[in-house]
Amino acid sequence: MDLILVNLIDGLVTGLLLFMLSAGLTLIFSMMGVLNFAHASFYMLGAYFAYSISLALGFWMGLLIAPLIVGVAGAMVERYGLRRVHQYGHVPELIFTFGLALLIEELVQFIWGKNQMPYDVPDILNFTAFAISGNSIPAYKIFMIFISVAIFIGLLYVLTKTRVGMIIQAALSYPRTVEALGHNVPLIFMGVFGVGTALAGVAGVIAGPVLGTFPGMAFVLGSIVFVTIVIGGLGSLWGALVASLLIGWITTFAKSYNIEMENVLNAIGIATPENMDENMFRDFWSLTSPQIADILPYILMVLILIFRPAGLFGKRTQ
Amino acid sequence: MSTPALELSGLKKSFGKAEIIRGIDLSIGKAERHAIIGPNGAGKSTLFNLITARFAPTAGTVKLHGENLAGLEPFQINRKGLSRSFQITNIFPKMSVFENIRCALLWSNGYKYSFWNIVNRQRQLSEQADAILDQINLLGRRDLPAGTLSYAEQRALEIGITIAGGADVIMLDEPTAGMSHSETDYITDLIMKVTEGKTLIMVEHDMGVVFGLADRISVLVYGEIIATGKPEDVRGDAKVQEAYLGAALEEEH
Amino acid sequence: MNEQLKTDPTKPAQRMRAGGMTITLLPWIIAIIAMLLLPKIFTNNSALTIMNQMSITIIFALAYNMLLGQGGMLSFGHAVYAGVGGFFCMHIMNMSDFFAAMPLPILPLFGGLFGMGLALIVGAFSTRSAGTVFAMISLGVGELIAASSVIVVAFFGGEEGISGDRTYAQPFFGVEFLQQEEVYYLTAAWVIISAALMYAWSRTPVGRMANAVRDNPERAEFLGYSARWVRYYSFVASGFFAGVSGGLFAINYEILTEENLNAYSSGIILLVTFLGGVGFFFGPIIGAIVFTLVQTVLSLQTELWAFYAGSLFVATVMFFPGGLAGLIMMHVPAIKLGKWRLLIVPYFKTLLPAAIGILGLCALIEMIFHYRHGATGDNEMTLFWTTFDSHTIMPWIIAGAIAAIGIGIAKMTAPDLKDAWNEANTMGGQS
Ligand SMILES: Nc1ncnc2c1ncn2[C@@H]1O[C@H](COP(=O)(O)OP(=O)(O)O)[C@@H](O)[C@H]1O
Ligand SMILES: [Mg+2]
Repeated sequence: MDLILVNLIDGLVTGLLLFMLSAGLTLIFSMMGVLNFAHASFYMLGAYFAYSISLALGFWMGLLIAPLIVGVAGAMVERYGLRRVHQYGHVPELIFTFGLALLIEELVQFIWGKNQMPYDVPDILNFTAFAISGNSIPAYKIFMIFISVAIFIGLLYVLTKTRVGMIIQAALSYPRTVEALGHNVPLIFMGVFGVGTALAGVAGVIAGPVLGTFPGMAFVLGSIVFVTIVIGGLGSLWGALVASLLIGWITTFAKSYNIEMENVLNAIGIATPENMDENMFRDFWSLTSPQIADILPYILMVLILIFRPAGLFGKRTQ
Repeated sequence: MSTPALELSGLKKSFGKAEIIRGIDLSIGKAERHAIIGPNGAGKSTLFNLITARFAPTAGTVKLHGENLAGLEPFQINRKGLSRSFQITNIFPKMSVFENIRCALLWSNGYKYSFWNIVNRQRQLSEQADAILDQINLLGRRDLPAGTLSYAEQRALEIGITIAGGADVIMLDEPTAGMSHSETDYITDLIMKVTEGKTLIMVEHDMGVVFGLADRISVLVYGEIIATGKPEDVRGDAKVQEAYLGAALEEEH
Repeated sequence: MNEQLKTDPTKPAQRMRAGGMTITLLPWIIAIIAMLLLPKIFTNNSALTIMNQMSITIIFALAYNMLLGQGGMLSFGHAVYAGVGGFFCMHIMNMSDFFAAMPLPILPLFGGLFGMGLALIVGAFSTRSAGTVFAMISLGVGELIAASSVIVVAFFGGEEGISGDRTYAQPFFGVEFLQQEEVYYLTAAWVIISAALMYAWSRTPVGRMANAVRDNPERAEFLGYSARWVRYYSFVASGFFAGVSGGLFAINYEILTEENLNAYSSGIILLVTFLGGVGFFFGPIIGAIVFTLVQTVLSLQTELWAFYAGSLFVATVMFFPGGLAGLIMMHVPAIKLGKWRLLIVPYFKTLLPAAIGILGLCALIEMIFHYRHGATGDNEMTLFWTTFDSHTIMPWIIAGAIAAIGIGIAKMTAPDLKDAWNEANTMGGQS
């Protein structure tokens, strides 16, 4: 029971982190109709910038400034890159963001090198918040949950309760009409792109100390983020939230409970074949859930795309 | 009486709460030239989309030569000999004009998904395509990307693609929309020529074209057919007069 | 008489008219002769290895372009089909009795068949739509298979991968493929055959309809073709040729690992294909040749080669979406008008300074890199055959000046080039 609670908290942290990325990504998708492959690269930039800033000004200034820089960088990418490629069509757009992801990874290695940065949890948060039957929960995790929830509420508020949010929502669905009403739609798009990438930057700032700040960090998380928004339904903010939490919990639980494929198959009535050593599928039979934890999201995504291509909360059928 | 080429019964379509097609029964005989007229937004294009399975109907059936088309995909319906054009030009803009026509010829010439024929080697295929280009007056534009043609030329290409496959039921959605007088005359002659002996269903606003071409006319208003019959009967129909007068009055305001 | 000829990089190659047979065959004959002669010119083993690598990449890139260029399907997981084909070939190599009775040159065929088999399965659900959904399924399936390679050790060999020995095959007319050169000719033969087949494919009814479906799937459906089936056929064919390239990889390197399957390899082939140009059949060939050269030559010169390759790629997407092939074909109208000579001098005046400026820029980048990451105390660096101390000011001034002057001159002469370009593409006038 206690272990379940610990896993619930761990899964929540992972899920909310994923959500901070997928929220921006899904917003950008519903705006421009293109998946930004480089989204996780902005997450990485967030971590690296924050690390460099924290050396001089400390963690909190990093948390404040790094996302701003990332957001501006994102807005620039939209203004001078994506907008240009947009005229060639969707596929080149997707390819552009893919190339950008490669380039940012190389750029990070160029500036900071290939090694992991010693970017750590600030001392003030480096203690155990509480313990559940011997499993200590670090205060930093509570802090991460706190920040992500605050951001989600803030986002929801801005999108649904403010004038800017209304205009954004309208611009997402009816860009022409909104433009005709005298709003600067390209500017709105640039702004949403900037805010989306800034959110990714925040995620990077707070995830860097726990998940590690290294050149491969974008790649590790990047494809999972797509998976998340595809599962949730492209363009759906609630879908992104549900899918993020789902993936967070599934992977956490799969890792902490050692369920063996043999037991599962036996339980559903398939007997273990004899002389296992010569069996082609021996590796399949000896699979354990921690082994496949990291590919579970992909399996889930492929299944969703086959049986419900619009995703859990998606409206678009195409 | 032989089976009609196309038979619609109880056809309905709603988008959300809005009922756009409200129960249409219509029977179009073989080799008949049938025009559908009606004010903008009456649902003419939607009706076309229902017949060709671009949209699924909310209720009702479509029969082609007596065969129910329910559940068939557009490509399957096309293979049964029904071909259509679109109100908004729908061609392959990056491919050459010639290739546009040739693609339209492939299935009906039995090439299907074959990967053992080289299309350039099929002389009779190229000749057929060139003949159609000649017919639609685009031979001179043969090797240009279709997207670079002028509007009228693209409309002609749209018709060419539609008739190329030799379907025996042809549906044209506003073929002359946005054309000048001389272009309209030209297209009308062309339609006359290429639909000889075929069933033609055509949406058209130009009354000159309609009365010149059609054997029968149906008037569609707010998703319902309010009159069907010979051109002169429809012209005299009180309801039609009222509907058109009403629409004309509305447009003035 | 001042009509501009528009160039469209995506426009299909002009149809060859009467007597076009020789024109169509000419590039193939030249390619065959070149491939026969190359090993006589570059005789050392490393050159042969590079050329083999090129050949494998050519087949893979052409196969990839059957999807991307011809079918409009963007795949982020195509390495899987090459990889799985290769792994199966590796297993065949290790089935000693069967392999001993089989001549090596037909092994890639099995790679193709297994690549195709996988494509038959995956394509059944992934080709339902093109666009984002297809891209995402390809990514998901790719990651799935790449990840299972570490899990399903019996088939993929885990971290070490699996290896074999090509020389156990039945000798082929006495050739045992011990020599690198023999492998070269085997690979070259497969390149020619595969390229010819893929070219022929693009001229068949399915191949033509693949273009139609790419441009306008809905219209294709109203012409009797199911867009989904057309995509499916392209996908399966592409899987076959990807598998062939995997089989050739197995023969050449005698080892396959997770690297042959992962997203990185899938990304590279996208990069290669796009760099070469997706709008023309020969685009991916150019892409494969250029990329392999850049990779092998540049990676010997600088640690930053991937950075340069990435920049080149992004610049291509932004400014030349037609890729290298598009750049080449842009000149066809000027050549047809007989006015291409007008371009030579302006090109020289703009591109040469630009190239020098970019080299200066690269020098600056290398110096920054050395300054930041060089071992402490090791201030010496060698660049363009010059050795200097990267911690003194002089080299920075020189490199900066070269970059600024080069790019400055290029900027100044660019308007002239633009005028010349317009002039060369305009009918009439003196020629
Ligand atoms: N896909 C759709 N979704 C919602 N409403 C539609 C759709 N297609 C058509 N309509 C509505 O159906 C009505 C009839 O449209 P249409 O068939 O194009 O008229 P017509 O061709 O007679 O001018 C219009 O009010 C239009 O807004
Ligand atoms: Mg209409």
